[in-house]
Amino acid sequence: MRIGRILAWLAVGVVGAFALATIAFRRHEAISAMWLVTAAICSYALGYRFYSKFIAAKVLALDAMRATPAERLENGRDFIRTNKWVVFGHHFAAIAGPGPLVGPVLAAQFGYLPGTLWILVGAVFAGCVQDFVILLFSVRRDGKSLGQMAREEIGKTAGTVAFISVISILIILLAVVALIIVNALKDSPWGAFTIGATIPIALLMGLYLRYLRPGRVLEASVLGFLLVVTAIFGGQWISQSTHAGAFTLAGTTLAILIIVYGFAASALPMWLLLAPRDYLSTFVKLGTIAILALGILLVRPTLQMPALTRFIDGSGPVFAGNLFPFAFITIACGAISGFHSLISSGTTPKMIAREPQTRMVGYGAMMAESFVGIMAIIAACTLQPGTYLAVNSGAGMVGGNPAAAVATISNWGFPITADQMAMMAHNVGEKTLFFRTGGAPAFALGMAKIFSDSLGGTAVMAIWYHFAIMFEALFILTVLDAGTRVGRFMLQDALGHIWKPLGRTSWYPSILVTSALMVGAWGYFLWQGIRDPLGGINSLWPLFGICNQLLAAVALCVATTIIVKMGRARYIWVTLGPLCWLVAITFSASWHKVFDPNPLIGLLAHARQLAAGPAVAGIQRRIFNDQLDAAVCALLVVLVSVIVIESAMQWISVVSGRKQPSTQEAPFVTTQYAQETM
Amino acid sequence: MKRSDDLVIARDRVIGKTRVFFRTLRAALLEIFDESAYTRFLERTSAERTRQSYLDFRREYESSAARRPRCC
Repeated sequence: MRIGRILAWLAVGVVGAFALATIAFRRHEAISAMWLVTAAICSYALGYRFYSKFIAAKVLALDAMRATPAERLENGRDFIRTNKWVVFGHHFAAIAGPGPLVGPVLAAQFGYLPGTLWILVGAVFAGCVQDFVILLFSVRRDGKSLGQMAREEIGKTAGTVAFISVISILIILLAVVALIIVNALKDSPWGAFTIGATIPIALLMGLYLRYLRPGRVLEASVLGFLLVVTAIFGGQWISQSTHAGAFTLAGTTLAILIIVYGFAASALPMWLLLAPRDYLSTFVKLGTIAILALGILLVRPTLQMPALTRFIDGSGPVFAGNLFPFAFITIACGAISGFHSLISSGTTPKMIAREPQTRMVGYGAMMAESFVGIMAIIAACTLQPGTYLAVNSGAGMVGGNPAAAVATISNWGFPITADQMAMMAHNVGEKTLFFRTGGAPAFALGMAKIFSDSLGGTAVMAIWYHFAIMFEALFILTVLDAGTRVGRFMLQDALGHIWKPLGRTSWYPSILVTSALMVGAWGYFLWQGIRDPLGGINSLWPLFGICNQLLAAVALCVATTIIVKMGRARYIWVTLGPLCWLVAITFSASWHKVFDPNPLIGLLAHARQLAAGPAVAGIQRRIFNDQLDAAVCALLVVLVSVIVIESAMQWISVVSGRKQPSTQEAPFVTTQYAQETM
Repeated sequence: MKRSDDLVIARDRVIGKTRVFFRTLRAALLEIFDESAYTRFLERTSAERTRQSYLDFRREYESSAARRPRCC
């Protein structure tokens, strides 16, 4: 039996290695997406079976006899002992967002190889580890948040820095996701109608849940989903009718509408709009991810993108910057996401029934998220590279108009014609697909191609495309409204220290002021993205990636400090390794974004270039925007440096014996469920 | 005879596992969509499933749920 198992795992290793070798070394011929799927499944299987087990046993010493807070503090509200698969589903639904879909699509400009390798290696050795250890440490501290753990284990400054990092990442995140939506919906009456319809549908769901069938959320979500599908067909009818003009909106109009929506969602009662939209989004999200996986397995598409493109030198039109560090910054959530540490130290630790289950929930759910990133790479790379570049490049990067874009992209060795683009746009029911930066339209195109190949053919490609756009937009608007509300609460908590009434979360003037502040902050960055001739994504997505990875660095600082204080400094490399890597990529990316002499990369160089050019209207504002982005980037690096230095001082004083190691763990209590099978 | 018994046992095992799978999937969906949280609220407060009790549940639940970030 034992030999059988060893042989089975050896076989998994050999198959995985062969798949990875095929991805890495087979050049000049298209490969099947199944090689990526095989490499991913084998890597996750090996990582989970061996690496996470090693961390669980040696580093964290998970103890099945130790009662979790869900058992000790069970109250039927926040602290509830829950089946491990149920917690897994709940945790995955909370961590899965638009990041792993968009980041890998953008990074595909380097080819499929760098993104795939980083998603796999990053997830197994960094992202899954971060989610797992933070979840366990929060469980051992009665479900405390990342900020609280930073304050107690590292120091007060670390807690403050964690707060500032979270609020900054929220603002940049909300701006960038709003920009993605605007770019996907501008001049698209079909998309604008469908997404617009989701707002009254969510309101109807809210009323249904409140007045008709109280608490029947699944039922309401199914009804909401059917209405949304009807809205997709309605959008098709609108786009071909005389009403199309009313829904053909410019980027600036859409931006204003989204800003107004964000404010309303933050200030309106939660049951009316935010909660039903969240349910609808989760329903569509889980279903679509499942059918995308099924579609890839059925179609087994061939990757049209080469393994590596010429853009690894930093000259890419989707976003400027070299492979190192920008591929890692861009992929972000598919490999490691700082945001996950907020979820791992939020609701999930209060639901864990037995300590060893943190491995499956923390490490396992991140593996599933990483697989979503692999699917996104596959979707993007099934497109012809010329199509991918024409869709994803900003007008300012490839010549300003479709004819120039086609010529520029074809000259790069990725042939594409205006007729092909027109045919593709016609097939998906759009007027044009040029300059739709942000990743969402390219992902939707790839997904529509996979879906239509498995069901319905070209005839229904337009429906699949708009289904994919609806899915992403729904996803993103949920992040937008929930994020605005969370940011509002954080601001109220902080402002409450200055003037007490502002801290009262139910006081309406405070709600309005803090909602306006939050919406104003991300709205400002959104506006600058809309007005940016380079597409906005070029400057905002790397900024978001840097913020996200810096937050992950904060989480890994907390984790490393706790490991050292637990007396397990010999295993410090488990979290210190990913931390060093994150510091290297975020700090170097930040340096490039601020100081690089190439104006396409460096914000200050771009500001200088604008200042030296002709004095056209709005130039001063664009210069200020570049300087503001550079200042935000630099500020975050300084703040995270403070945490890293403060943490390192803790490690040194504990390891050198100058300080007695002591952690803030809750006291050990023996579980009453020792006999229960896990 | 023995072979058909084995087949019956194997079939029952598959049916049992399928049932457990769907039961767990349903439980996960009910948890994700907060239906379980509402059921627990009804048990805790000994209330009936009514508009008023759902309103009370939402009021209590939203004080914590509204602070939950949605991941990127």
